[in-house]
Amino acid sequence: MPCGLHCIKINHLGVVLGGQEILKDVNLHIHCGSLNVVIGRNGAGKSTLIRAILGDIPHTGNIEFKDGENGHIQKLKIGYVPQSMNVEKQTPLSVYDMIASYQSNVPVFLMRGKKIRQKIIDHLKIFEADYLIDKQVCNLSGGEQQRVLLSMALLHSPNLLLLDEPVSGIDKNGMELFYKTIYHLKKNYDLAIILISHDLEYVKQFADRVVLLDGSVRKQGSVREVFQSPEFAQVFGGGRQMRSILGMSCDDLAGDGKRRVPLP
Amino acid sequence: MDVFSWLQYDFMRYAFLAILIITPLFGLMGTMIVNRKMAFFSDALGHSALTGIAVGVVFGVNDTDISMVVFAVIFALLLNLIGSRVSSSTDTVISVFSSCSIALGLAILSQGGNFSRYSSLLVGDILSITPEEIGYLVVILIITLVFWLFGFNRLLAVSLNRTLAKSLHISVGWMENLFAVLTALIVTVSIKWVGILIINALLILPAAAARNISENMREYHFFAILFSMFSGVLGLAVSYYVNVATGPTIAILASVIYFVTYFART
Repeated sequence: MPCGLHCIKINHLGVVLGGQEILKDVNLHIHCGSLNVVIGRNGAGKSTLIRAILGDIPHTGNIEFKDGENGHIQKLKIGYVPQSMNVEKQTPLSVYDMIASYQSNVPVFLMRGKKIRQKIIDHLKIFEADYLIDKQVCNLSGGEQQRVLLSMALLHSPNLLLLDEPVSGIDKNGMELFYKTIYHLKKNYDLAIILISHDLEYVKQFADRVVLLDGSVRKQGSVREVFQSPEFAQVFGGGRQMRSILGMSCDDLAGDGKRRVPLP
Repeated sequence: MDVFSWLQYDFMRYAFLAILIITPLFGLMGTMIVNRKMAFFSDALGHSALTGIAVGVVFGVNDTDISMVVFAVIFALLLNLIGSRVSSSTDTVISVFSSCSIALGLAILSQGGNFSRYSSLLVGDILSITPEEIGYLVVILIITLVFWLFGFNRLLAVSLNRTLAKSLHISVGWMENLFAVLTALIVTVSIKWVGILIINALLILPAAAARNISENMREYHFFAILFSMFSGVLGLAVSYYVNVATGPTIAILASVIYFVTYFART
């Protein structure tokens, strides 16, 4: 169960790649047991933010992980669920091979480690995916692959789970299941979750906090606060289609009863 | 007729020993080269051997084998570096550098109409291998086995997803460079015996065939090494009786295995 006391602070994070400033002064405060969703248009720096947090690309600013009770700074363990893996059709790679290659020193080309195999099975069980352990990764459906990647991310008990929502290969039911799984994780594990999302409909349904990113944090807060902000309308255009997705009227978007968003 | 009569000669026995070392090595490396889609990379390394010799000739190096190995290692690291910096597709980058380097090598080596001295490199001649040279191959095999035992998981992790590997503190750059250097070493040390034109066939074919029928990494390695050794030993024996070059015979057998496994799958 989440204790609600740990918190992760991202302070003044900035990223410059190839002379171009991609992210500037990003500040986030995240508590365990909360689902934080990052939204923004394409090229807003969402994936860059994840890569910076993971230490994959150099960044300025810092990331702190504090124990809320006594304020001690601890080492942050991050679990990462990528959008997809580089696995082509016909790749002789089983689910065991994939997970063990990241988590074990027992060479997967030579033998199976009994201990690590059991550990992997136990974690796959959380997502009802233990029957997949000897299946080829390339033959998994999009949803199955996501569940396997989620189990893999939880294997070393992370404090922060970073997820890049899958954009292809998963149907509506699969997406629903994906979000429900995340919700289950949030409720039952002591971790904070940052999710990059491309689907505002689900964000509205499941997120605790929403971060609107566009080079820097344009707006953050509850779903309602962000979705009704002028910044949100600016970034997403405030078109009729968007409003119908969100199930809000134009008046709702302006927030104060005045119609601020021009109709297309 | 005694099936093993071909082993009565010293040169055939040495060649047999060399095959027993080179083929498992190639089978092993091939699995990862195919996984990482580096077939073109290893091909370019094979071609760079000529340039390495040419560089040695220009600088008056006594043993051009050394300049060949050194050049290939630098070439491999350079390709890795440029591949990660340049945004155009990797095969274009490799092609540009490979064409450039082979043209340079050919130009230098053909100066004064002397290229025929080096043409044996194109096809290779395993029958001329000496015990000392077999020793070098053993050293390379041991290095590769150690690297595979301790580094394979990490290398696989890196090839599946770099960002994920990095987030678990795997040294992505190190693994990629070590693998590139090892490929360069193996290709250049064995190029004299296998030949520039078919060295890549021996690296790629066994792994490609194994992929057709394997479901996990253990099967993949087992079949790749099995196919590689089988076509190597049989190829050596057949080439003795039919009197054709050994390298191409092995490559033909490996191709046959590839097609058989391909149709067995469907």
